[in-house]
Amino acid sequence: MDTAYLSTPHDEKTGGGKPLVSVRHVSKQFANGTLAVRDVNLDLGTGQFISLLGPSGCGKSTLLRMIAGLGAPSTGTIEWPTTSHDASGKPERDLGFVFQDPTLMPWANALANVMMPLILKHMPKREAEQRSAEMLELVGLKGFEKSYPRELSGGMKMRVSIARALVMRPKILLMDEPFAALDEITRHRLNDDLLELWWKTKFTAVFVTHSVFESVYLSKRIVVMAARPGRVMADLDVDAPYPRDELFRTSSDYAHLCRVVSGKLKEAIGS
Amino acid sequence: MSASLDHGLPQPAHDGTDAEARPVFLTEPRVLGLPASAWPRILAPIVIGVLALALWEFVVRWKQIPPYILPGPLLIGQTLVADWGTLSGSLLITLRITFMALAAAIIFGVSLAVLFTQSKWLEMSLLPYAVILQVTPIVAIAPLIIIWAGDINLSLLICAWIVAFFPILSNTILGLNSADHNLINFFQLYGATRWQTMRYLKLPAALPYFLAGLKISGGLALIGAVVAEFVAGTGGTESGLAYRILEAGYQLKIPRVFAALIMISMSGIAIFLATSWISHLLLRRWHESALKREN
Repeated sequence: MDTAYLSTPHDEKTGGGKPLVSVRHVSKQFANGTLAVRDVNLDLGTGQFISLLGPSGCGKSTLLRMIAGLGAPSTGTIEWPTTSHDASGKPERDLGFVFQDPTLMPWANALANVMMPLILKHMPKREAEQRSAEMLELVGLKGFEKSYPRELSGGMKMRVSIARALVMRPKILLMDEPFAALDEITRHRLNDDLLELWWKTKFTAVFVTHSVFESVYLSKRIVVMAARPGRVMADLDVDAPYPRDELFRTSSDYAHLCRVVSGKLKEAIGS
Repeated sequence: MSASLDHGLPQPAHDGTDAEARPVFLTEPRVLGLPASAWPRILAPIVIGVLALALWEFVVRWKQIPPYILPGPLLIGQTLVADWGTLSGSLLITLRITFMALAAAIIFGVSLAVLFTQSKWLEMSLLPYAVILQVTPIVAIAPLIIIWAGDINLSLLICAWIVAFFPILSNTILGLNSADHNLINFFQLYGATRWQTMRYLKLPAALPYFLAGLKISGGLALIGAVVAEFVAGTGGTESGLAYRILEAGYQLKIPRVFAALIMISMSGIAIFLATSWISHLLLRRWHESALKREN
């Protein structure tokens, strides 16, 4: 952890080869005239952990949703260079999405909630059950398969939501401020567990947050965004090595990184 | 540092805050198979009812009110037993129409609601007519329906159905449209078809609303069946409780009128309890309305 530093601009954002997702000159204007995102260019490389950091209203969630295919950009393109495309030319996005709220179906138990993506893809029920149970175990919820969302705490609901997003084993996991509503202790634990999952399963993670501390702790790369209109202000590499843990969270390197990123965020807000 | 770098499987289940927050279901002492706290809810209205009946009987005897003006509860009870043969047959006929109308209301109400949420155009064009059907007094159009339908049972059925189906239709439409927006997005993400979204998301989300509609419609179907028969005024062997009331009224057999009324009220209460019970069974695991809270 001796060489932890921030570098910008970085040379190898994509980790070599083609990026998984390529965002080119993307703008988004809502029907009411608000320019939510202006001319964003971004390459999301395989295996990265990227945070989109910015104040509320900077379009980070809108950008994330467009990457997921929820709402098309007004101008510009979002390409998936390495993904197969269906007959109509749409990319078959191989992604999982975690919403700001757990967004679970209240009438279905944890297992049934995690199974839903598999059921929608017509996987046989047995196989879907088995895979979902494994996924629940992986997020630390073994024994809670039959619990209904209302019987689970906020943190556990989020774990179910993450398990559901990962059950298809996607190449990329998009998360929209998933832990914003949780208390600090639970959030730290979920941060740790998320990093472990990422470390082990090697998906690309895109994490929207407005917390400097969270973004520095988790990410290899932080994209700082500014509001009105939403745009990219800085693109920083966090070169602290993984695995990261409580020791990193309390290190002076971490504090230093947070200070630098905080400065960048202040610049972005002030501009 | 070496210890803290131990990255194996995540092990959050037993070491802290949220995984151990599993709900504890408190068990209450039971009296005669029911939770102790449930008894006042049952006993209090019964005590009030018995007191009221006693007062009624007392006033009737004390003031010597003749039975053709106001019979006492004891006489009504005796009539209920004595006339049970005729009355129970009529009750069955009324109930048959009630349940057939309710079934038709469920089938039409839910199908129309599903259809309306699939096509805004259909909803815009047809919903006003459903409203017109709802606000027109059934007593006013029952004679027309009886003339047009020809068969008396069919016309009674249509009348009861018209009264019963609107709450189911309007509640189910509301329920189908109230599915969580993020969940709809989630279904979109996985390329769910319309049918999949309907089956796995919209129909379950609409269930509490549908059941609320069902509770209203159950009572309305009974009222519709009785009112329509009053208008039709059919006689003979195949007649329901409404006709028995008319008939007994003409003959000044007022205790019998009361006996029939009691049967109708009891049926209404039974239908309400049954629909509430179904609703409770279906929602108790997940819906706010069916949950018991400690605070």
